[in-house]
Amino acid sequence: MSTIGYESWAVDLAEVGPIYPFQGWEIAMVIVGVLFWLGWHRIQFKRESEHLERAKRRARDHADIMSNIERY
Amino acid sequence: MDGNLNALTTVFTEFYYWVTVVFMFLIHVGFCMYEVGASRRRNHMHTLMKNVMVIPLVTVTFFFFGWWIYWAFPMFPFFGGLDHEMANANRPWAETMAPNLDDRITGVFWAAFLLFSWTAASIVSGSVIERIRSSALWVHAVLIGSVWWIIDAAWGWHYGGWMVQYLGYHDAYASGVIHAIAGGYALGVIWVLGPRLGKFAPDGTPRDIPPHNPWMLTIGLFLIYTGFWGFYAACNVPVISPEAIGGEITGTTWTATNIYLAPTSLSGITFNFLMSLSGGLMAAYLVSKGDAFWTFSGGLAGIITASAGNDLYHPVQAMIIAAIGVVIVYNLHFWVERRFKLDDAVGAVAVHGYAGVVGLVIAGFVLWGAPSSPFEGYATINPVGQILGAAIMFVGLGFLPAYIVARLQKAAGVLRIPEEVELEGLDYAEHTAYEEAKASIIEADKAHLAQKTMPAE
Repeated sequence: MSTIGYESWAVDLAEVGPIYPFQGWEIAMVIVGVLFWLGWHRIQFKRESEHLERAKRRARDHADIMSNIERY
Repeated sequence: MDGNLNALTTVFTEFYYWVTVVFMFLIHVGFCMYEVGASRRRNHMHTLMKNVMVIPLVTVTFFFFGWWIYWAFPMFPFFGGLDHEMANANRPWAETMAPNLDDRITGVFWAAFLLFSWTAASIVSGSVIERIRSSALWVHAVLIGSVWWIIDAAWGWHYGGWMVQYLGYHDAYASGVIHAIAGGYALGVIWVLGPRLGKFAPDGTPRDIPPHNPWMLTIGLFLIYTGFWGFYAACNVPVISPEAIGGEITGTTWTATNIYLAPTSLSGITFNFLMSLSGGLMAAYLVSKGDAFWTFSGGLAGIITASAGNDLYHPVQAMIIAAIGVVIVYNLHFWVERRFKLDDAVGAVAVHGYAGVVGLVIAGFVLWGAPSSPFEGYATINPVGQILGAAIMFVGLGFLPAYIVARLQKAAGVLRIPEEVELEGLDYAEHTAYEEAKASIIEADKAHLAQKTMPAE
């Protein structure tokens, strides 16, 4: 058994197509990939909102804001 | 070069490897920028010099004996003697190790392997900045660059290597043969070397020592990414016929192959390089909560994790494997730092060593049963072979030799710089001429200004 469908290279390469593992599962793999991508956005949106909320509360110190403006 | 087709193939292959060498030079430039960016201002020149001198020292030793080891050691010493037939043409005094119209490949192939040697040494160099003696590091650079990594390449990154034949070891783009061994080697050195002063609070809590210049560090990493294109291409044979391979492949279709002469394509590895880079960056951003250092390094760790099987993976598999690797590597780095009080200044043990090990193990499962070679009788890829291979790379040829040599250096008092010099900074301690010249010319300019120029009203 081989995950790529070939257990040896005793073949004519003119007759060989895909050589990646788990051929036939392409759609399932793409679904997993898309879920990873969308999940990334979900987590990042949530974390950035929380971060900006904390930063807003911290930024209320007028002297700190002035100092950062001066730093350019 | 009989016939036009042979001539074209030879010249194309010669040029192909030459281009990979130029690209891979950027890896070393990137490592230098990264190390200087990560070090504090008082250590810049020393940090840079330490890594730049890796280039000539590893180059000359790789010419004198490193390249010979690759061809002599595939079965030595456990499963046979030295392969003199192959190795003799690669001795430093061989006619083929010089301009020779009968051989247009050895020089560029030697150089491609040599640039891998620089990378292995440079990985170690980053983890030990700001406290190791240059003399000690340069001995380690020669050992990892011209001895240990090239032994592992002969065993596990050669079409006739015993690890490939008997373990089914598969490591197409060097997760283990470069990154795991170099990470393990770096771990062995920093274990003995100890942390930078101030790295750990009295209660053992690690302190962050932030890079003095994050932009330089970023550009350095991006140059490493760029150089990795050359690294990947250099791991392939660009075009070869089944007849020239001499294995089991039938028919007359020419192909690109990996280092084991098993078929792959430049197109396939381009998919996988970019998808594993992306999976690594995305996972690292999340797991590090957007920390720039770890996000950018995570892209590299993602590629390294997927590299063992990136000749065969589907691009989505490469992305997911990279992401999984990065999450493991990040957490392992901080666990080891807290548990063993180790100071890996640039995260090299994690990004290269742990990622390489994880990548080898994952490849054993995902590529289970696939042929490791086009030659008859070789073991197929399997998890046990990959786990053993990872242990050989990280521990056997990486950590242990480094630990032993570093212990000897420590016993001789030549491993670490004096505490006073570490606090003052190596640039001021070793390069006083620069500071004295600077002070002198500033004083001269001031004196000139005082004599010749009236202040503005």
